Amino acid sequence: MRYSGFRILKEALTGHKGWTPAWRDPEPQASYDYVIVGGGGHGLATAYYLAKEFRQARIAVLEKGYLGGGNVGRNTTIIRSNYLLDGNEPFYEFSLKLWEGLEQDFNYNAMVSQRGIINLIHTDAARDAATRRGNAMILNGADAELLNRDQVKAMYPFLNFDDARFPIKGALMQRRGGTVRHDAVAWGYARGADSRGVDLIQNCEVTGMRIENGRILGVETSRGFIGAKKVGVAVAGSSSRVMAHAGMRLPIESHVLQAFVSEGLKPLIDGVMTFGAGHFYVSQSDKGGLVFGGDIDGYNSYAQRGNLPVIEDVIEGGMALMPMLGRARLLRAWGGIMDMSMDGSPIIDRTPVEGLYFNGGWCYGGFKATPASGWCFAHLLARDEPHPTATAYRFDRFLKGLMIDEKGQGATPNLH
Amino acid sequence: MSQTHRIDAKLSAGQVDRSRTLRFHFDGVAYAGHPGDTLASALLANGVRLMGRSFKYHRPRGPISAGSEEPNALVELRSGARQEPNTRATVAELFDGLTAQSQNRWPSLRFDALSINDRLNSFFTAGFYYKTFMWPASFWEKVYEPIIRRAAGLGTLNRQEDPDSYDKGFLHCDVLIIGAGPAGLAAALTAGRSGARVILADEDFRMGGRLNAETFVLGEASGADWAKAAVAELASLPNVRLMARTTVVGTFDHGIYGAVERVSDHLLEPLPGKPRQTFWRIYSKRAILAGGATERPIAFENNDRPGIMLAGALRAYANRWGVAVGRRVAIFTNNDDGLRSAVDLAAKGVDVVAIIDSRADATLLPGIRHLRGAVVTDTAGRLGLSQVTVRHADGRSETIGVEALGVSGGWNPVVNLTSHHRAKPVWREDIAAFVPAGGESGLAPTYVAGAAGGDLSTHGALVTGNEMARRALEDLGFAARPSDLPRAEDAPVVLQPLWHVKGAKRAWIDQQNDVTVKDIKLAHQENFTAVEHLKRYTTLGMATDQGKTSNVLGLAVMAELTGKTIPQTGTTIYRPPYTPVALGALGGRARGRDFKPFRLTPSHKWAAEQGATFVEVGYWMRTQWVPRASETEWRQSVDREVLATRRSVGICDVTTLGKIDIQGTDAGVFLDRVYANTFSTLAVGKCRYGLMLREDGMVFDDGTTARMAPNEYVMTTTTANAVAVFRHLEFCRQCLWPDLDVQLISTTEAWAQFSVAGPNARNLLQKVVDQDISDAAFPYMAAGSITVGGLRARLFRISFSGELAYEIAVPTRYGDAMIRKLMEAGAEFDAVVYGTEALGVMRVEKGHVAGNELNGTSTALNMGLGKMVSRKKDSIGMVLSQREGMSRDDGLRLVGVKPVDPADALKAGSHLLKTGAAATVQNDDGWLTSLVWSPHLGHYIALAYLKNGANRLGETMRAVNLLAGTDVAVEIVSPHFIDPEGERLRG
Amino acid sequence: MIINHPILGPRDAQEFVYLGDASLIQRPDGMTASIEAFHDYTYLRDNSAGPHRELWYHEQGDRSWLVVTRNTLTHEILKVELARDVARAEGRSR
Repeated sequence: MRYSGFRILKEALTGHKGWTPAWRDPEPQASYDYVIVGGGGHGLATAYYLAKEFRQARIAVLEKGYLGGGNVGRNTTIIRSNYLLDGNEPFYEFSLKLWEGLEQDFNYNAMVSQRGIINLIHTDAARDAATRRGNAMILNGADAELLNRDQVKAMYPFLNFDDARFPIKGALMQRRGGTVRHDAVAWGYARGADSRGVDLIQNCEVTGMRIENGRILGVETSRGFIGAKKVGVAVAGSSSRVMAHAGMRLPIESHVLQAFVSEGLKPLIDGVMTFGAGHFYVSQSDKGGLVFGGDIDGYNSYAQRGNLPVIEDVIEGGMALMPMLGRARLLRAWGGIMDMSMDGSPIIDRTPVEGLYFNGGWCYGGFKATPASGWCFAHLLARDEPHPTATAYRFDRFLKGLMIDEKGQGATPNLH
Repeated sequence: MSQTHRIDAKLSAGQVDRSRTLRFHFDGVAYAGHPGDTLASALLANGVRLMGRSFKYHRPRGPISAGSEEPNALVELRSGARQEPNTRATVAELFDGLTAQSQNRWPSLRFDALSINDRLNSFFTAGFYYKTFMWPASFWEKVYEPIIRRAAGLGTLNRQEDPDSYDKGFLHCDVLIIGAGPAGLAAALTAGRSGARVILADEDFRMGGRLNAETFVLGEASGADWAKAAVAELASLPNVRLMARTTVVGTFDHGIYGAVERVSDHLLEPLPGKPRQTFWRIYSKRAILAGGATERPIAFENNDRPGIMLAGALRAYANRWGVAVGRRVAIFTNNDDGLRSAVDLAAKGVDVVAIIDSRADATLLPGIRHLRGAVVTDTAGRLGLSQVTVRHADGRSETIGVEALGVSGGWNPVVNLTSHHRAKPVWREDIAAFVPAGGESGLAPTYVAGAAGGDLSTHGALVTGNEMARRALEDLGFAARPSDLPRAEDAPVVLQPLWHVKGAKRAWIDQQNDVTVKDIKLAHQENFTAVEHLKRYTTLGMATDQGKTSNVLGLAVMAELTGKTIPQTGTTIYRPPYTPVALGALGGRARGRDFKPFRLTPSHKWAAEQGATFVEVGYWMRTQWVPRASETEWRQSVDREVLATRRSVGICDVTTLGKIDIQGTDAGVFLDRVYANTFSTLAVGKCRYGLMLREDGMVFDDGTTARMAPNEYVMTTTTANAVAVFRHLEFCRQCLWPDLDVQLISTTEAWAQFSVAGPNARNLLQKVVDQDISDAAFPYMAAGSITVGGLRARLFRISFSGELAYEIAVPTRYGDAMIRKLMEAGAEFDAVVYGTEALGVMRVEKGHVAGNELNGTSTALNMGLGKMVSRKKDSIGMVLSQREGMSRDDGLRLVGVKPVDPADALKAGSHLLKTGAAATVQNDDGWLTSLVWSPHLGHYIALAYLKNGANRLGETMRAVNLLAGTDVAVEIVSPHFIDPEGERLRG
Repeated sequence: MIINHPILGPRDAQEFVYLGDASLIQRPDGMTASIEAFHDYTYLRDNSAGPHRELWYHEQGDRSWLVVTRNTLTHEILKVELARDVARAEGRSR
């Protein structure tokens, strides 16, 4: 079924009887050519592009809970391609370009909204770093602008310009950055994949892998064995648990990241803003809630909930930046499991097991990567070679000393 | 307007003080109420039922509750900088002079233009926006979204700074009791009498919970009086802290709870010196959840009109506030508690015209028209309820004129706080509701008492409150005294679940977000049946009440559609906070200049006296430059400081550098392992530049370390890494080599340290110190303990500027005296103080790396210091620094850059491209890390990382800054712009 | 969270700095071990879902490094030891 304004008009006049399920709930088949483990954003995007762009068939996505229940459903919805390093920036720019045509591509309004992102600058050294980054972005075909203090003030006059502990000296801006309605991304990909014959199998947890002679034969699941020629794992915070079934230890730790939303407010903040001197970033959803976040809690966790120190730290940052926020209220805080890699950058690579592929280590930046991650993983699965924008995302970069470390923090995942 | 709906005091005095009148305004109209009122009770007393508009359809709405679960009656309380959007009128305590406005409406509450959405509701179904607004693509940001954003949102946040202050506090107790209803009070009495440290917190301004809203008798007293007496006894116990107006908003690990105390929200403005609110972190050994239960509605056509309320709220307004929401009311119920509402209202003189009871076999209530087997099918009244349509058991329909309708679908125990810990609630068929998992649902054992645990009678609340307190006390080793619980009602829950009246077109489930039964059906039709899909697709339970009155109802409707049970359908996870919390409270005092602490250098006061400009360096404030009266541009000051230092002598406060004393017989061995180069061979009385790597082989930090005695070293670190280096050294000492004889202490704040640099540095210092510091006595890289006028001090002959230079350290409390002494002694040499800018200029001129080069992704090799990594010994990072990607000869190298035309300006962060090559990433060979104007050379100079830089000296390239559109021809040169042979510093 | 410090008693976790898996105690000898061995030590983690032995540093306290055994599914703390004692028990010395 094709969605459109006309279709809504027609259904509204006929009692909405014509809407069909967004996706089927098929029983798993005995085997597939491709089994994607993980029905989050990245797994669904992988299946979608495998079917649509790489013309593959006999594909299943196995999800232990419900579709889109992982980090795609619990993030702060920001898209951007303001990366610094050669290993990253082409990939994220590819992703941003895919976002720009995504809704028309999968016929679902994910509310891709390019209202601009600014990273505030508070020191001369930060301006130097922003200049280097902005140039790297432009050299990679992205857009970037350096704003001075007055330009920032014209944009957001209510920031603390007069009484700040760390004065605002400017900002690096990417106008093409913005936000996307996160759940809709999962649903759009799911619907698009399903309509191309992909079996989306919910409540199906992978409990083991069948590997013989170094080759994967399929996966054991809570719904029985499912055979596969190729298995692609895209399970974010559960990466270590799932890959342990193949005997692999990963350069990844799972950490909790909390995110926050305020009560609905009339429009206040148009774009996305990050406060470099504190741990705080914010945007406002179309519903009116201020969506914000900050640092990870900093300890390994699979609990999907965090603690007060980080909640207070984040909101202190918000209050320091925007003193008017005092009378807005926090509505909800929630936690997600981040697959924090050892250099802060992801892995999209083959594994030592033939036919087994891995996609993970997205830290807390996986949402914006969703389209390119899916596309590149599909590319790797279908063609057995990395997509040109994802060649650096290899396991062996740590052995070879080719880390992609945007923050320069080294092998301490909670600092990335 | 007078209080037309206040019940005669003889029939229901309520707990308001009618002897005093409070004046307030709502939407500009003046009203009167009494102390003890909420904004909602006072408005209802004045006959005002319409208080808000819904989110999507802008339907007229009034309160459905008398508590914090309220989804509808949201207002903007106060005005100006204190305006609080989305305030629930049902919990806003009335005060004299209160002003409030309705929100999310235009131009007025009674006539709202966007109520057109309600007419167009058949288009605006659940998730309609996912299916449209896609063409043309460019219209989303330009046309569709701005319209949506303007229409969405609830209240308005004033853009002024919040004028009030907020506090944070920490409390510790043995037993935290959450909720001061009958269960909480019983628990508090038992726990308090035992001597345990007890905190009893309740969100209401009056403790007692439902006892204040009911007509129950406990023993000989009314419920409200019993509660009052219990509170009085608790207040007399020194080990009990009573916290009214305090909402426990979140459950966190290991018995830690977050709570908000509304210190001043019941006042026109906070008293001088008082915060508006205090955010408490409560550390409890045991917690007892006694948060009660929330009544839930039944969905039927047009069940959202002002005047339609939860039946328990209708009776609470009558009993506690002496307010009749309507003179003629009806009750729609599926359980016996609904009948109680009818009885209470009738006793208050309210005309209960009918009880519409969905149960055909309900026990007949005498004296009131009790219609069994009947349901409400529709209602009428544009801005307030005027009539209900009832379908009788025999199918006949009847319309009944009423002002208010009380609806009771049963009671849901409050499971939120255990849900915060992701303890899955358990379904109890007998009360058709979820109860908290109970027992050890959290990590600090948590007990659930009273209605919160599914014991919905007063007797049950008292018994379980007492029992849970007894268990908590037993855990903690306190002896619980026998309790004397009063007699109280113990009515069983008699209920036949009815969730919604079938056949209705639009029957509201989530009133704030306008989620109707129809939306849930559509979600089912489109296979959004998983509970989280249902929630996210329809927005059920995502409003400011987190679905307190709607979630179970929504699940029940979905369960019917799928043929599953409710627990099979699932539970949504409540998240903290329990009720929305002002961001001001969570931010506390960390605002404005107080956001983070200031660290001031020992010379700060002196520098401030000189009119110095300061700069934030982490938490430190360092002198950036010290302008003279004639200087109008910062560069004039910096150039002068640089030239004066290179010509004669300059002084810089370098106290911010980390300083670590390292002592023990293994101190040298230890340093060999944490530094890439060797320190065990360093002679006593000498210092050496040290390069510290991370285990991954990247450069972590650098600095000089001096050997003061055979077993005593003093390490310096960069300002930025002082804390991290110390932590790392402790890790190495305690975790890697626990038996090395080495001790560490950070002395960063113990010593005030000054760099004295320039050709006259020695001449100046010799006037100050007591010892001979001639080149022979104190050569380059010497270090030692000296005295300054008898005061113990340390002297190091080290140089960051490239000049003859020393760093002299005195105990911090003498730092201010020291800078004054140095300046006094330096007067004859025209000594200057130089700030961080001049420091930066001189170190770039000399080619020293600093923060911009020590960026965490650079190796010793990148910095041109590869030879410093000794392979003759094991040290942190030595092995991994040899990985192939990090040891390439053609990798990044530190180089110097200068413009071909000395008149050209450069920008740090510019990238280095080959001459003539296109500005693409393929031609990107490096970037300028640090850039300064060299007054010495008369042009800009920069340090840069350049691919294969070691082999490109002399090459002409372009420094391109695409952000500013500049493209400058530059020459790659050695990073040592001045005195490459180091003659000056040995001078 | 509250960490029951073996010397100081219960302290708020906010006083501590977290490093990661306590396997970081088992550093290979740089004079003999290979790059591969250091790679595994530095980069690979069990990342257990369940009991997890991890290093915490009492930065705003007595500067002890602790090995905390904590369940990463529930955050329940099962054991707290001085890292130095653990290191010695695991055979580390000089």
